[in-house]
Amino acid sequence: MVHGEVWTAKELFVYPNEYIYWTIQIVMYPFMTGLVAGAFVLSSLYHVFGVKQLKEIARFSLAFSFALLPVAMMPLLLHLQFPFRGIEVMMTPHFTSAIAAFGIVFTTYGMIVAAELWFVYRKFFVETALELRKLTVRSFVQQVRYILYSVLTLGAWDISEHSLEKDERAVKMLAGLGIPVACFLHGYAGFIFGSVKANALWMTPLMPVIFICSAVVSGIALCIITYIATMEIRKAIHAWRLKNNPALPSIEELKSAELQDVTMTSRYLVMFLILAITLELLDLIFRGYTAVKSWDILRSVIYDKDFFNIFVIQYGMGNLIPFILFLMPRLTIRRAVVGTLLVLLGVFMMRWNVVIGGQAFSSSLAGFMHYHLPIWPDSLETFKEGLFGALLVAATPFVLFWLLGRIIPIFSVKNTH
Amino acid sequence: MITRRNFCKKSLLLIGGMAVPLAALEIFNPGRLSAEKDDPAKVRWVFLVDTFKCVGCGFCVRACKLENEIPYDANVSRTWVERYVVTKDGQVHTDSPKAARDGFTSKSIDQASRGLLEIKDEDIDKAFFVPKLCNQCDNPPCVQVCPVGATYQTPDGVVLVDRTWCIGCGYCVMGCPYGVRFFHPVYKAAEKCNFCYHRISKGLKSACVEACPFGARRIGNIKDPEDPVTRIIMTERVAVLKEEYGTKPQVFYLGMSREVK
Ligand code: SF4
Ligand code: SF4
Repeated sequence: MVHGEVWTAKELFVYPNEYIYWTIQIVMYPFMTGLVAGAFVLSSLYHVFGVKQLKEIARFSLAFSFALLPVAMMPLLLHLQFPFRGIEVMMTPHFTSAIAAFGIVFTTYGMIVAAELWFVYRKFFVETALELRKLTVRSFVQQVRYILYSVLTLGAWDISEHSLEKDERAVKMLAGLGIPVACFLHGYAGFIFGSVKANALWMTPLMPVIFICSAVVSGIALCIITYIATMEIRKAIHAWRLKNNPALPSIEELKSAELQDVTMTSRYLVMFLILAITLELLDLIFRGYTAVKSWDILRSVIYDKDFFNIFVIQYGMGNLIPFILFLMPRLTIRRAVVGTLLVLLGVFMMRWNVVIGGQAFSSSLAGFMHYHLPIWPDSLETFKEGLFGALLVAATPFVLFWLLGRIIPIFSVKNTH
Repeated sequence: MITRRNFCKKSLLLIGGMAVPLAALEIFNPGRLSAEKDDPAKVRWVFLVDTFKCVGCGFCVRACKLENEIPYDANVSRTWVERYVVTKDGQVHTDSPKAARDGFTSKSIDQASRGLLEIKDEDIDKAFFVPKLCNQCDNPPCVQVCPVGATYQTPDGVVLVDRTWCIGCGYCVMGCPYGVRFFHPVYKAAEKCNFCYHRISKGLKSACVEACPFGARRIGNIKDPEDPVTRIIMTERVAVLKEEYGTKPQVFYLGMSREVK
């Protein structure tokens, strides 16, 4: 069977070689990089612009953005016909191609995030290592931890006031540098689509900007939801500890801190949401108004074939409802959870409608293609480019985040700057 | 005081040291490079399709599949033939069942998932066939977008794919406005028509050109003014497909109609 034939259904006249070649993994790719970029921008709001209220969530989203990093290239690799040749993009980049820049942009960004994370946690590494060094007898685990943290200090043991100040300045600089790079990383994902002149739906110079805005929206949403989830778990643990030791501070303190963080962050979410919707609508209106040759088929895709996906799920459930939820006075945690989940759904559907929707019509402009997501994998292909492959990609950052949480304290305020 | 030994050593070093930049001058001799660039290749392959002559027998598609080892039953093909039927109500019906590998044996139009469409003979205003293949564009977007340079253009104008280097990202498939490209069912790499490069570079004709019993397909060298194909392209009214994309396609059509997509 030809690649793509399993999940493509053709209607009317489609060129014989046309199938839906870019599938669920290419939906996941901008979705995941969007989360990376968005989470980073959120953390930078605190580090660069000094938005104090975001302090707690800033460290958290920085760590999260780091955990998301390796996952940005996972869907790309999974969708390649030759995943093991993927490295060629780094070795022999062909620079007229938008994808060729991936290696450079991605590594630069990765290094910035890693360096920033290191500066934020350097003091903690040094202190932990020193503490462990003091012990005369170390158990095996302690020994491993000692080596790990000593290595993580990279030999910079100086934690005097002066050098910590320097750290802080470095963090600020890296965060500032990171914002344009994060935007570039994601804007360029938009450019990959926006520059395909053969595709009537994709080709628009607005694509990179739309991608950046929705990326920030999704990144913030994911940080909020993960933040709430981890806080709930912490509260549960705290309540359990409280039972054994009534001397600990009451649970109310944690609660109010959580709500305040969430309210503050959701304000930024709404701001970027408005920007994203405005641009998307502008694009739509402009296409309808100029009505070039391809508009006939685009219209039947947008207003007919994909109407439910675009207007009901993406704009209705993914944008309008959360908008109302967040703007209603007295935000509660429960409402924030529903809102952010819907926002994530909305951004995911936006990626879906761009990637799959862009292939819903033939370049003959005289026929349609329908995508059927392979659910149960019966071959490597339907696993990689099916539901389970997508779920694998979606689950990985949480596993990495959990692992990262074993090494650095993402929540306790004491140990970091 | 300089010893002889030292002198020899120093002068060898000096010569060696000077040779390095001189060698660079030799390697990067701009004069030679530009001469190579300006020296126009003697050959630029182009294709001429005479749609008046095409009867939709599909011999070319069959010949291509066999010549280029595209699995016979796979639903992809390097070349295909489209049938256009324009009815009195102004509607255009198009199809290309199995890429027209077996020709057009039935009068009904294949509408894929919508089934077959019967059209009465008296409702038809005009009907014709259009063979399609890679346009070997002069400004090929497929080459531009390949992230690893696995798709490239030869000096004689043909766009080729390096199967050993293609990573299978599909960007070129997306970038081609003509729907020419696909993934080879066996080799997995990107695949497309290359005018039978292995044949034309040996002085033979492309397989489809050989196979066409009506002379609807012809290949020629546009750099050669005496070439009959060149003469037709230069002196008659020819059209290309989807010019608006700026790809500068090099497959020319006689008898093109506005309905053709
Ligand atoms: S027709 Fe398509 S595959 Fe052929 S050279 Fe042009 S863009 Fe590339
Ligand atoms: S599929 Fe192969 S030839 Fe096409 S752009 Fe990707 S690497 Fe290049």
